[in-house]
Amino acid sequence: MRIAFLLNGETVTIDNPEPTRTLLDWLREDRGLTGTKEGCNEGDCGACTVMVTDAGGHRALNACILFLPQLQGKVVRTVEGIAGPDGALHPVQAAMVDHHGSQCGFCTPGFIVTMAASHAEGRRDHDDALAGNLCRCTGYAPIARAAKAAEGSPVPDWIAADRAAEVPASGAESGTWIAPVSADALAAWYADHPDATLIGGATDVGLWVTKGLQELTEIAFLGGCTDLRQVEKTDDGLRIGAAVTMSEMHAVIAPLYPSYGELIRRYGSEQVRQAATLGGNIANGSPIGDNPPALIALGARLHLRHGDVRREIAIEDFFLDYGKQDRAPGEFVEAVTIPAQTDRLRVYKISKRFDQDISAVCGGFRITVEDGVVRDARIAFGGMAATPKRATAVEAGLMGQPWTHETVAATWDAWEADFQPISDMRASATYRLDTARALLTRYFLADLGAETDVLEVGP
Amino acid sequence: MSVAKALPHDSARLHVTGAARYLDDIPAPAGALHLAFGVSTVAKGRVTEMDLSGVRAAPGVTLVLTAKDLDRPADVSPSAHDEPLLTSDAVLYAGQALFLVAADTHLNARKAAARAKVTYAEETPVLTIDEALAAGSRFEDGPRIYGRGNVDKAIAGAAHVIEGSFEIGGQEHFYLEGQAALALPQEGGDMIVHSSSQHPTEIQHKVADALGRPMNAVRTEVRRMGGGFGGKESQGNALAVACAIVASKTGRPARMRYDRDDDFTITGKRHDFRIDYRAGVTKDGKIKGIEFLQYARCGWSQDLSLPVADRAMLHADNAYYIPAVRIESHRLKTNTQSATAFRGFGGPQGMVGIERVLDHIAHAVGKDPLAVRQLNYYAAKGTKKKPQVTPYKMPVEDFILHEMTKRLLKSSDYHARRAAVAAWNADNPILKKGIAFSPVKFGISFTLTHLNQAGALVHVYHDGSIHMNHGGTEMGQGLFQKVAQVAADRFGVGVDRVKITPTDTAKVPNTSATAASSGTDLNGMAVKAACDTIRDRLARFVAERQQAKKREVTFTDGMVHVGAASYPFEEVVKDAYMARVSLSSTGFYATPKIVWDRIKGEGRPFYYFAYGCAVTEVVIDTLTGENRILRTDILHDCGASLNPALDIGQIEGGYVQGAGWLTMEELVWDDKGRLRTHAPSTYKIPAMSDRPRVFNVDLWDGRNREATIYRSKAVGEPPLMLGISAYLALSDAVAACGNAYPALDAPATPERVLQAVQRVQAS
Repeated sequence: MRIAFLLNGETVTIDNPEPTRTLLDWLREDRGLTGTKEGCNEGDCGACTVMVTDAGGHRALNACILFLPQLQGKVVRTVEGIAGPDGALHPVQAAMVDHHGSQCGFCTPGFIVTMAASHAEGRRDHDDALAGNLCRCTGYAPIARAAKAAEGSPVPDWIAADRAAEVPASGAESGTWIAPVSADALAAWYADHPDATLIGGATDVGLWVTKGLQELTEIAFLGGCTDLRQVEKTDDGLRIGAAVTMSEMHAVIAPLYPSYGELIRRYGSEQVRQAATLGGNIANGSPIGDNPPALIALGARLHLRHGDVRREIAIEDFFLDYGKQDRAPGEFVEAVTIPAQTDRLRVYKISKRFDQDISAVCGGFRITVEDGVVRDARIAFGGMAATPKRATAVEAGLMGQPWTHETVAATWDAWEADFQPISDMRASATYRLDTARALLTRYFLADLGAETDVLEVGP
Repeated sequence: MSVAKALPHDSARLHVTGAARYLDDIPAPAGALHLAFGVSTVAKGRVTEMDLSGVRAAPGVTLVLTAKDLDRPADVSPSAHDEPLLTSDAVLYAGQALFLVAADTHLNARKAAARAKVTYAEETPVLTIDEALAAGSRFEDGPRIYGRGNVDKAIAGAAHVIEGSFEIGGQEHFYLEGQAALALPQEGGDMIVHSSSQHPTEIQHKVADALGRPMNAVRTEVRRMGGGFGGKESQGNALAVACAIVASKTGRPARMRYDRDDDFTITGKRHDFRIDYRAGVTKDGKIKGIEFLQYARCGWSQDLSLPVADRAMLHADNAYYIPAVRIESHRLKTNTQSATAFRGFGGPQGMVGIERVLDHIAHAVGKDPLAVRQLNYYAAKGTKKKPQVTPYKMPVEDFILHEMTKRLLKSSDYHARRAAVAAWNADNPILKKGIAFSPVKFGISFTLTHLNQAGALVHVYHDGSIHMNHGGTEMGQGLFQKVAQVAADRFGVGVDRVKITPTDTAKVPNTSATAASSGTDLNGMAVKAACDTIRDRLARFVAERQQAKKREVTFTDGMVHVGAASYPFEEVVKDAYMARVSLSSTGFYATPKIVWDRIKGEGRPFYYFAYGCAVTEVVIDTLTGENRILRTDILHDCGASLNPALDIGQIEGGYVQGAGWLTMEELVWDDKGRLRTHAPSTYKIPAMSDRPRVFNVDLWDGRNREATIYRSKAVGEPPLMLGISAYLALSDAVAACGNAYPALDAPATPERVLQAVQRVQAS
């Protein structure tokens, strides 16, 4: 097996790479490119950010949880390749010097790369784009000033050229890992290799390797399955392929369900959203994944496939118990469908930090009210049980009742019937239950037009 | 003049291009070994069996060492010789190093270490402040007590008495570059050690000690750290010593870096505190007396806990004159990570304690907390016959906070905004705003007085280029650039002519840690002394040659002037060299005036005070406790700033770090004493969008009354405590929910804010 990609403008080929070797280790140890830093080795600090470009555009990704086979056919730039071939600083580099955006400098290469990717895409949402780059020295103010100052400058030729760059083809596939180019190919192989690990963006599996120190033998990398990355929009609703990234998902969801869009804006970080897939967030069965509560509230359906056999289930039925899902060996998530509907969805995420944090509690609410009476209620939570879970008792308490403060208050006991959350480092059980209840109140008050979102308050 | 200019950080261009070299970027010679510790998973007990056969058999492993395999005991403590590099028996915290693995790669070393099979006879750990008090588990014989006057009498006679207990969480440094070291064995058993350390001399000392060699056999070099914040004052010792021992045993270079989870698990953090207080005040809120009980959770070893706890006591007054005061400090020994230096070094805990009390007083007497603060300020200079003195009897000679406060209140429009906040709260049942002002008065000098010294070594080469070296280390604060600006100014040349060089124990010996905000004060003066020695020699040479007086020779704009004649600096240097004039000099500085008794708590521990003040406005959600900072205005005193850009950088960064400490950064241990927040996935430092939406920072235009380097003031630590205003603003917002005092603990996470809201609503 040979993989090939462009690195800072030069063709790189690697024969038989260890499939779980991270780009970060390879850059630093094999290539001596030490500008890319290891800050956390789990995709939470952004010090290792690299720019990966393909026809879809320039993306900032965390190299510490990016495996070499994921780079096949891509154009990669590290901080060493952000300045021009003649040493001319990129506009974001010049701005960071001018605005005193570096102090210790260790996070700076990661910031520079994220800023350069963002700049190349013409983005101005710097707080979102840079939420995955932690800095402990500056308090971010000068970095924000630098990002703003560089906004107007033209994209340098050497960066723009990456989108059209020709990338050499890969070699034949080996036995222990594959990079299929279609869902059919994946289905056939996975049915024969049911113990294999499927890797979409590696934002979760990456940590199995870097932190869990696991040895993965059989792997399928899904990045080449373009048919799993499709989004279809019909009168019936949306069909979203399992390999659609959270960034792509945001573009689709935000116009239809703004509150869900806002949740995705806060999902992981730019680097994580650009890699993480919808299918991965569901299939890993985490009780604190952010998509399931929203999808359950929307009445989404999950499409599973084993070989040529397909089945469809309500998404909430996928989560059986902690670490246990309704998925047979060799079966994989192919897509999610969301039925068309009037937007009554609100998704609320509670965490210690607004950006790039894991939910202590994440609640999805879709309550339909007609003539002042609750006609339908779908409420689901993450962080409240061993799986993402519907609040069936609370829903029952609302159904058919007048949409009033009294009705909301009357669900008090139902919450405890639905959920017995645990205490952990993110929150106590009491806080989880208190906020879950409070979020229904928030939904109700917001429905009445009250101001309930601290993120929308200005100074 | 190169001083007072807003020059960029000396490495800015290297930073943005990825060319700045950090420790782990140094290419190691072939055959280098990579190390990892195997650590205890229990907080207290004894190791009954340690089966390392799987570790030894793991791929790539060349050497596995336990305490028994060491030729001599290796200690890595900076103070009490109570930190064995590897424990052979007793386990005192979850994270303590049990064995050391050397392998061909970092990943293989980590994988091998994970294969150990260790069995323990577990004992009940002492984890909390209450458990430590109950067990009498402490450092020093009993509490330290500072104070003056009859506190009980003062409180008894007061119109209002307030009491409370305040929990203040610790803080992980989260330097972006984790701990790292590299040892290169030399001929004859000598060792070169590269360390990401704020304290190269201590690295040298501990390595020499572990190798059984004199200090002259070990040379430590530090070019830069990727952040330190106090976390690299002593916590790098273990890695450097481990590398040196392996390098010495194998003759091969050895390098080590902690994976981030290991870094959290093994190393110390900011001390968490509980502060109990009782204060008596007049009906207007004027303080008659305060009693503080400060409980510091120090962890398993002494490390720097005694001076940290001292500094907390020394800042229990902050900016306020307290006629009668008693501060009792307990330094508690627990089976947790050994709490260590962290920007402010106990000062922030002491200061947030008194600020909490002022807030509580204001609530009790029904006044704006700002007014109560101003009422209790130390007297302004010249308003009393003699300056008022601190509880430790140091005169407060230049108390400038009255004027600074006035200016900040105006620039931040405090009074109008406070009224607007009240109006907003009246209209909004769910979201509440809060606004708060807080001042900072921070003492500058190491309280271990002998540390207040520094050395420098300056060479002028015969082409006119300058090589500068001093004992300070660069961790991002801009020390090297500031000191280079001093050197350039002394010679009247551009700063580009001054080569900044790595801190090196072979160039400048016996350095103090770069800590206590003292880096520029000490090293700037030492470099100035070295430069002036050389400049005087050049001046004498030129004066003799021109038959002028030495004092008539001046150095500006890259030229040397005498009478009507001017010569390029490099030409004078070359001529001096030809005339056999020495162009190299050391420089030395020792801070004057500081004398105190740390046991009695009396005297002048500080050369001077640095001041600052901040106004922060926040909004909270009373349903969930979620909150954010809306606006912050800061006015800070850097004396005559050596570099306003770098100083503002310290202030902005310090504020956000301080606000992070008191709001979202939460360390959580489980009931077995295991740290559950050991990576950025679980421990949240502020991210980009957590900075204040509006963030105005201004410098007070003053001069240090003491003769510091160009009359500047230290800036490293003081601004961190401006973040206290964020905590107070949250408390103010919670107070809008009812009549009770919020008694908000720190960190004020959404959960703690909600608890406080519920308490206040229930009242």
